Amino acid sequence: MPRGIGALPLPGPATALSALLVLVLVAWLVVPGLFTSYDPLVGDSAEVFLAPSVAHPFGTDHLGRDVLARVIHGTTQTALTAGLAVLVGLALGTAIGLASSTLGPWADAISMRVIDALIALPAFMVALFVVSAYGAGPVSLGVGVGIGSIVLFARVTRAEVLRVRALDYVEASKLAGAGYFRQLFGHILPGAAGALIALAVVDFGAAVLAVSALGYLGFGTPPPTPEWGLIIAEGRNYLANAWWMTSLPGTFVLLVVVALGVLGRYLGKVTRA
Amino acid sequence: MLRYLASRAGQALVVLWITYTIVFVLIQTLPSDPVTIFLASDAGADQELIDRVSALYGYDRPWFEQYALQLGNLLRGEFGFSLSTGQSVLERIGSVVGSTLALASTGLLLSVLIAIGISAIAFLVDSPRLRAVIVAAPSLFSSIPVFWLGIVVLQVFSFQLRILSLFPDGSLLSLLIPALVLAIPVSAPIAQVLLTGVEQASELAFVKTARAKGARPMRVFWHHVFRSSLGATTAVIGTTLGVLIAGSVITETVFARPGLGSVLLRAVIAQDVPLVQGLVFLTTLVVVVAALVVDLITPLLDPRVLRSVGTRGVSRLGA
Repeated sequence: MPRGIGALPLPGPATALSALLVLVLVAWLVVPGLFTSYDPLVGDSAEVFLAPSVAHPFGTDHLGRDVLARVIHGTTQTALTAGLAVLVGLALGTAIGLASSTLGPWADAISMRVIDALIALPAFMVALFVVSAYGAGPVSLGVGVGIGSIVLFARVTRAEVLRVRALDYVEASKLAGAGYFRQLFGHILPGAAGALIALAVVDFGAAVLAVSALGYLGFGTPPPTPEWGLIIAEGRNYLANAWWMTSLPGTFVLLVVVALGVLGRYLGKVTRA
Repeated sequence: MLRYLASRAGQALVVLWITYTIVFVLIQTLPSDPVTIFLASDAGADQELIDRVSALYGYDRPWFEQYALQLGNLLRGEFGFSLSTGQSVLERIGSVVGSTLALASTGLLLSVLIAIGISAIAFLVDSPRLRAVIVAAPSLFSSIPVFWLGIVVLQVFSFQLRILSLFPDGSLLSLLIPALVLAIPVSAPIAQVLLTGVEQASELAFVKTARAKGARPMRVFWHHVFRSSLGATTAVIGTTLGVLIAGSVITETVFARPGLGSVLLRAVIAQDVPLVQGLVFLTTLVVVVAALVVDLITPLLDPRVLRSVGTRGVSRLGA
């Protein structure tokens, strides 16, 4: 099927809003200082526990810090840790998927057994295991969470390669005498890239969820550096008098994960069209 | 059927052996051994103590001996010993695991009920707009941070309504409310499978016939739509156990319930690697056995499965 613009499904309002939210996140990641004038680390002791207002849309915390400023600056930690997780899953998963689909029946049989084993290992337990072995921190957290998504990328890579390899132009290049790596990097991987990118976006959302959950438990970056899970954990002790410290950042994390899911599914549809 | 059983059980053993190998490789990549890591923060620990404990746990032996030794222990049902307390892994969680099982099983039951509710409503409503909202519910549910949902629920029920004690008091409500929080994300994959079943079943000949004969919609749902997706639903429940375990650990933390969660998190903080490793094996064993049980009962629920899949295992379909 031709991949002209006319063949693309038009993005609906949900997709457009999700794309907008993701753009805002990218901006927060690159230049957080442009979006808030408050310091995320140093509070104003005269402004503790202020309810949400125009000056402080997410209110202030027990140290008088602007909660929105902490969420904006926290984007860096959360997004980089989740990004590391996606990279680990993408790199190792694609490698296993390629080995399974291009190196012959033995490699396929072994890779499929490894995939079965990775399905059986509970991802959350593996992440905690890596954190316990290497100590808490963003790097071990990202790697630990990433191991859990290897299996997703391995399966999609394998399925995509089998699909792309049967296409006429790949068959033609093989008959024309292209070598293994030329076929792989020239035809098969570019053909499979769309599905992998769509999956990476969905997986990034799942990684944000996992990273903030483990950050909430205290296994990410240590305070006072802002990170989404940690921000919510800090509000836990003030449920009775400052509902905004947990509710608003949490709603925000929820929206981000939903937006990444919507966007990833749209990309999946586009690449299949 | 007997061949199917034997082949599935054999596959399960291979899966367990490979998971053991993966975790073993991860430990080998550590810059030092688990005992040194554990005792590093302890000022009173000198090299002699580290060596003694290492020898006790077998970390001083070459890697292939460690590999065989630990595998042998696992085959005998020994999951290792905690570095913090010296207790075996099973002893360590034996006293609290009942609380986790109660929470997890109640949560699983509620999640199945929620999933059935969502798919039944999607099947019964006529308005396409309303159906679109209902069909979107599972992907929303799987995006909710459980720890945050737990906090919000705690805030509403304990601080605003004052009907839930802040710490578990053994009442039914103190089990049901955390279980409901846990059930929300767990229900998402189950509901997705049931919704696909609803969509496909509406095209199936026997469902059309039942409808044409004028059967009541609720009856059509239970007897035809639900029954025909029962196999796929059981399969997905098997693969949801990982989410259930993660959700239970987090929910326990938020609601201050004793259980697997408190033992596990304390072990991670103390860097008690052998204990965490034992708990990883234990939960993997639960997942693998559940997948095996699911594969064995699915052909009984839906005989079409055995004919179409043969001996390759069915849980893969729902995964």
